Amino acid sequence: MAVLVFAESDNGKYKKSSFEAVSYGKDLATQLGTSCFAITIGNKGSENLGKYGADKEFNVSGDAFESFNSQTYAKAISEVASSNDVDTIVISQTYSGKSVAPLVAVKTNSALVTGVVDMIDTSDGFKVKKTCFSSKAFSTVSVNHSNRAITLIPNSYQINEAGSDAEQVATNTAVTSSDIDAKIEATNKETGKIALTEAELVVSAGRGLKGPENWTMVEELAGVLGAATACSKPVSDMEWRPHSEHVGQTGITIKPNLYIAAGISGAIQHLAGVGSSKVICVINTDPEAPFFKAADYGIVGDAFEVLPKLIKRAKEIKGIA
Amino acid sequence: MKILVCVSVVPDTTTKITFTDNDTQFNKAGVQFIINPYDELALTRALEITEKNGGSVSIITVGEADTDPVIRKALAIGAADAIRVDVEPKDGMFVAAQIAEQAKQGGFDLVLTGRESIDYNGGQVAGLVAEMMNVTLINVAMELDAEGNTITATRDIDGGRETLSCNTPCVVSAQKDLCEPRIPNMRGIMMARSKPLNVVEAVDKFNYTSFDSYELPPAKGGVQMIDAENAEELMDLLHNEKKLF
Ligand SMILES: Cc1cc2nc3c(=O)[nH]c(=O)nc-3n(C[C@H](O)[C@H](O)[C@H](O)COP(=O)(O)OP(=O)(O)OC[C@H]3O[C@@H](n4cnc5c(N)ncnc54)[C@H](O)[C@@H]3O)c2cc1C
Ligand SMILES: Nc1ncnc2c1ncn2[C@@H]1O[C@H](COP(=O)(O)O)[C@@H](O)[C@H]1O
Repeated sequence: MAVLVFAESDNGKYKKSSFEAVSYGKDLATQLGTSCFAITIGNKGSENLGKYGADKEFNVSGDAFESFNSQTYAKAISEVASSNDVDTIVISQTYSGKSVAPLVAVKTNSALVTGVVDMIDTSDGFKVKKTCFSSKAFSTVSVNHSNRAITLIPNSYQINEAGSDAEQVATNTAVTSSDIDAKIEATNKETGKIALTEAELVVSAGRGLKGPENWTMVEELAGVLGAATACSKPVSDMEWRPHSEHVGQTGITIKPNLYIAAGISGAIQHLAGVGSSKVICVINTDPEAPFFKAADYGIVGDAFEVLPKLIKRAKEIKGIA
Repeated sequence: MKILVCVSVVPDTTTKITFTDNDTQFNKAGVQFIINPYDELALTRALEITEKNGGSVSIITVGEADTDPVIRKALAIGAADAIRVDVEPKDGMFVAAQIAEQAKQGGFDLVLTGRESIDYNGGQVAGLVAEMMNVTLINVAMELDAEGNTITATRDIDGGRETLSCNTPCVVSAQKDLCEPRIPNMRGIMMARSKPLNVVEAVDKFNYTSFDSYELPPAKGGVQMIDAENAEELMDLLHNEKKLF
């Protein structure tokens, strides 16, 4: 028996969530008294995953893996799982992870639990804590099956760097480019920006900012802090900001360490996507705005006055002129 | 093109979530149930595609008789007929097995689901059904078109978007921006009453997981207010105390 972690890379760089997943896999394996294996596919990152706890690394490459395809990736993960006596598969809940996990679960006949936020309780069975009701609640799910696959929400687990180099195994699979089942017609990546789903710090704004021209303040604060930018639904509906920045029930769910919200009322559907952020700061002219109830820090004030003050102070702290 | 849209019946988005029976059951008292918002988009887009290219749209729900009013609403939006697999949905794998079975029997070219159901948030069913049917999955599409037996879709990927094409049969999951959801009109509501709603029995499948208990997120320790005059203080707190940057 062993734990297998899919360590996802993007263009020769590991995603941060991959290190979280390997650290998680290692702690789970220790708890279960087994080994933690990692699988990398295609153009992988340069780190040795042993650092994060992998005991062995299976490196899969070939024509079939030049860009992400859920079918070829799922085949590779399932093959490595089956030929190495794996019973527990850990995948980060990124877009790719979400597409690949159900396919892997069927191929390996595993129970599937998605939206996992905490370490599994193996003291009595296999009990997994996951989000439900759009992050308005958590559930503890029991797995009653010997094979299982889980997807771990990014920013849910501490990265551990105590390990030492893992054995590298160049791994051949039966997957070929003829297994690619969907043709990529076009890709449009926003380069140079911090991906919202991966971001540890997020600065967000809503309709209270009055118009797209006022986002320079939001971008500047985010730039100084090294944060990603986000927005409420009406803001992306009105096309003040790109769709990819919309957070909430119908947008992206994020869980950063810091979420600063300016001019956002804090409707229940907005909170569904950001409510599990570790520290929430709210800036709103209306002292009755519902968002204050979910906040750690609140400023009743005009974003047009408050944001410049925050930018100024953040620059001083960072030593930026 | 024969399209099957999977419709999950979920609590209204504004529902205050509470639990009963020692936090082991979701409290349905006073809760209004709706078509899962993403499924509403999938259904609308399916109708738009068949109106342009010809074909038919059916819906499927895995659920007990209490879901019928919501199924009728989906019929009122425009689906031709409905299948209800008469069993309580408990596990994504179980639900997917039911849908895959009906999709195979019905010979559908395209199966549409939502990106995720807003109650149990599995985001699982689309991929599970695709793999069980041994067909292509396109997950979280915000654009979808059909031409002959070619499907083209634009979907979210980490840090951007990509446009994919594949052949039918395939499974696509829908997310916001796919279309403007349609609202049933009076004529639709009248017609829905007499549309076929076929209740079928579940195929045997084991539940691999069970939801044992629920909890609400821990209450926040209360908000610490900072005077707008001294807004700078917020940055000091985040830097010195919380060590966030
Ligand atoms: C099915 C459904 C799904 C939804 N999904 C989402 C979702 O995913 N994400 C989402 O965000 N919303 C979602 N919504 C919409 C949600 O209900 C709210 O309408 C929306 O979040 C409000 O956005 P807002 O706070 O930016 O705007 P508003 O509600 O207009 O609030 C603006 C706020 O700014 C404050 N303000 C005004 N001027 C200033 C100023 N100068 N400085 C500081 N503050 C100021 C106001 O006091 C107010 O609180 C959904 C709704 C439905 C029905
Ligand atoms: N009980 C169900 N009956 C029919 N379709 C469902 C059911 N549960 C989920 N689905 C479909 O699968 C999608 C994803 O659901 P989930 O995997 O539960 O998040 C939903 O948007 C629906 O389209």
